[in-house]
Amino acid sequence: MNLKHLAGVLIFMMSANVLASEVNVYSGRKENLIKPLLDRFTAQTGIKTNLVTASADKLLTRLKNEGRNTPADVFITVDAGRLYRAKQAGVFSSVDSEILNTAVPDHLRDPDGQWVGLSQRARVIFYAKDRVKPEQLSTYEDLASDQWKRKICIRGSDNIYNQSLVASLIAADGAEAAQQWSNKLVSNMARPPKGGDRDQIKAAAAGQCDLAIANTYYYGAMLTNKNDPAQVKAAQAMGVFWPNQQGRGSHVNISGAGVTKYAKNPQNALKLLEFLVSEESQKWYAEVNFEYPVSGSAEISELVKSWGSFKSDKLNLDVLGKNNAEAVRTMDRAGWK
Amino acid sequence: MAISIGKLWQPAIILVALVLSIPILTIGGFVFEPSGDNWEHLKQTVLPEYLRNSALLVLGVSIGTLSIGVSTAWLTAMCRFPGKKLFVWLLLLPLAMPAYIIAYTYTGLFDFAGPVQTQLREWTGWGYGDYYFPEIRSLGGAISMLSLVLYPYVYLLARAAFLEQSICVLEVSRTLGCGAWCSFYRVALPLARPAIVAGLSLALMETLADYGTVSYFGLGVFTTGIFRTWFGMGDSVAAAKMAALLLMFVFTLVVIERVSRKQAKYHHTTNKYTQLPEYQLLGFRALLAFFICLLPVLFGFLVPAGQLTSWALLTYQEMLNESFFRLTVNTLLLGLSAAFLSVLLALFLAYGKRMLGGRSVLVSIRIAAIGYAIPGTVVAVGIIIPFAWLDNTIDDFMRQLFDYSTGLLLSGSLFAVMFAYLVRFLAVSLQTVESGLGKIKPSMDDAARSLGYRPRETLFKVHMPLMKGSLLTALLIVFVDVMKELPATLILRPFNFNTLAVRAFELASDERLADSSTAALMIVVVGLLPVIYLSKSISQSRAGQSNHE
Repeated sequence: MNLKHLAGVLIFMMSANVLASEVNVYSGRKENLIKPLLDRFTAQTGIKTNLVTASADKLLTRLKNEGRNTPADVFITVDAGRLYRAKQAGVFSSVDSEILNTAVPDHLRDPDGQWVGLSQRARVIFYAKDRVKPEQLSTYEDLASDQWKRKICIRGSDNIYNQSLVASLIAADGAEAAQQWSNKLVSNMARPPKGGDRDQIKAAAAGQCDLAIANTYYYGAMLTNKNDPAQVKAAQAMGVFWPNQQGRGSHVNISGAGVTKYAKNPQNALKLLEFLVSEESQKWYAEVNFEYPVSGSAEISELVKSWGSFKSDKLNLDVLGKNNAEAVRTMDRAGWK
Repeated sequence: MAISIGKLWQPAIILVALVLSIPILTIGGFVFEPSGDNWEHLKQTVLPEYLRNSALLVLGVSIGTLSIGVSTAWLTAMCRFPGKKLFVWLLLLPLAMPAYIIAYTYTGLFDFAGPVQTQLREWTGWGYGDYYFPEIRSLGGAISMLSLVLYPYVYLLARAAFLEQSICVLEVSRTLGCGAWCSFYRVALPLARPAIVAGLSLALMETLADYGTVSYFGLGVFTTGIFRTWFGMGDSVAAAKMAALLLMFVFTLVVIERVSRKQAKYHHTTNKYTQLPEYQLLGFRALLAFFICLLPVLFGFLVPAGQLTSWALLTYQEMLNESFFRLTVNTLLLGLSAAFLSVLLALFLAYGKRMLGGRSVLVSIRIAAIGYAIPGTVVAVGIIIPFAWLDNTIDDFMRQLFDYSTGLLLSGSLFAVMFAYLVRFLAVSLQTVESGLGKIKPSMDDAARSLGYRPRETLFKVHMPLMKGSLLTALLIVFVDVMKELPATLILRPFNFNTLAVRAFELASDERLADSSTAALMIVVVGLLPVIYLSKSISQSRAGQSNHE
């Protein structure tokens, strides 16, 4: 190959690189919960997607340090607390998109347009049907009452879902009340916190406790588990209770995403976000991972429908992030492992 | 010529050590920043518990790995009993099992809601609180899990040491009236001490760096504390202080060992090697030996692997696809290249230490090897920060000078991943290579040198053949460790790059154990091939040993 050819090939490769339409994604969501949607996006738009998944907190550290040279165009994560942290770290840019604004209600979007919710997840009370009547249940606050002494299963305090739940209590009832609540809750725990959300549901079904606090999509995944009949059986023994329906509504959290500040492909990034809140994607989340869509128009699966409709807490999720550090300290002081 | 190499060697060692300690220095740098309320808060609430739990964990895992590792090493090295030849390599199998995977499987089995206890309740009609059952998700549970997968470090190094021992010292001890037990306790064990301690310190460093198991069991230890503070509270300063405390903990362990060893040196005085006369065990004693070797294999490998297999049989059809094949190839290539690099580097350092000595070299080597005790995530963050800084500085410079952006060169590349492996696992290869080198008497060097070999020739013609076993051991351990490595790979990897451990963990942490089993099983299977191959080579590598054992 002579030099002229080589130069030609090089120029071609470089220009191909520049022209290639792609979007780079850092995702705190696991591969199996984001890759299928990215593939569909590519099929529809011809825009290639590149993906790195890892824990959101660490990806954020990477994003922050890579600064203006970061290859990432989109940062996806679960939990509003983390979206807030990303915003504080200054890695997002504000976007203003008609499609996003109409599809996603206000309280599930950042007030400054830096992040947008992609799916909703509700953290609720599960009760053992053979031991607890739903009438005995009312609110998250009531979980601290004496009738549940040593009857509650909940996972550890390093779990961000619990941190956000406590953060929402701080917002609703104040820091002092949240501390009281945490103290009482710890004495109402049937066992020191361990395992994940599914483990709480399993333990309650097996009789170790009467109530389990968990996100609803884990319950959905247990009910439809093809490989482990024991999980199906455990989930069937438990009922879903939507707390605080008379008041502010049940605690919800989101998975969400934003366009990065130094995105090299900002248009494609925005296109991806808009695709992710489209009815098709929203339906996929509801069907595959039993989450709730952020857009009201999207359909939810029959199974999710069977848990009943509910009123959700309309607190702007930004607040969960603001209260996170206080929530962690509150749980530490309460001795919540 | 030789002199100039010698002159360059020392600075080169110091430079390598310095480069490898970049992540630790980066983290260490945070310690001097003023800390906020969080540090006070931590000290008052959770820190004492972290300290206590970490100390107990280290103590428990020491007892566990030593008792399993040394007893099985001695039995398979020096005794003859039914199944011994099989056990020689069967005992290595738990090494291929990541600790978090074994924790997941045992929890699935023995949890209150798991099949074992459920069956028990069905048979007896008991309910919750009617009976005692050891809680798997506890400190004791974590000690058992970690001991079961970490004892092979002690076993490997101790067995290699027993095999490399000159038969003369043992014969002498027997002629001086020592029985089999007595020569074990008073001669073989003390002689093998550096190797055993090397194995134990690997096991303990891995224990202190473990995150997957302890966090799944809900234990408050240093690693969980660091994660919580850093990523939960977003306080890097308080987290770094905790990491520094962890390092002090490790240093204390190292110092205790050094002090207790005092000036003792562990070289053999003769080089007469013959086929080891094995103790023939009969009857009850053979049975006992059989069970001592069977139990760790059973609980460290067969039970969890069986559980994984039964899960994998349910799910493999969905999991086995073209991308799975690519994962496997990625994992293999990464593991192999990291293993070779790390052993080369260890050889360079250990040999330099032997030839040059001196405080600066010694200290440099200690620092280079400290990364093993640091959780992978902390190492990873310690790499992200300086690498990104360097990339951005070069980029700024190029933009100003040539109006050309170089972008990120090191960050998000496989180089960063490989660097993390070296930082994390150099200790493994270094310990093994050093303990191998330590058994070669300095008089051999002197003889080689006086016969006209230059240092390099001494290395290749005298030491290498003698150290083949140790080098292979080092390769094997690093390879398997890299295969299992998770947190650093996860965060540092480039786009669209996956490994088996990443896949297994993503599914398992999503509480989809059955789906994760295919990848987890593949880690074990891929890890097995070198384990089997190398265990054969190790048993043949003993000086004076015929190849047809």
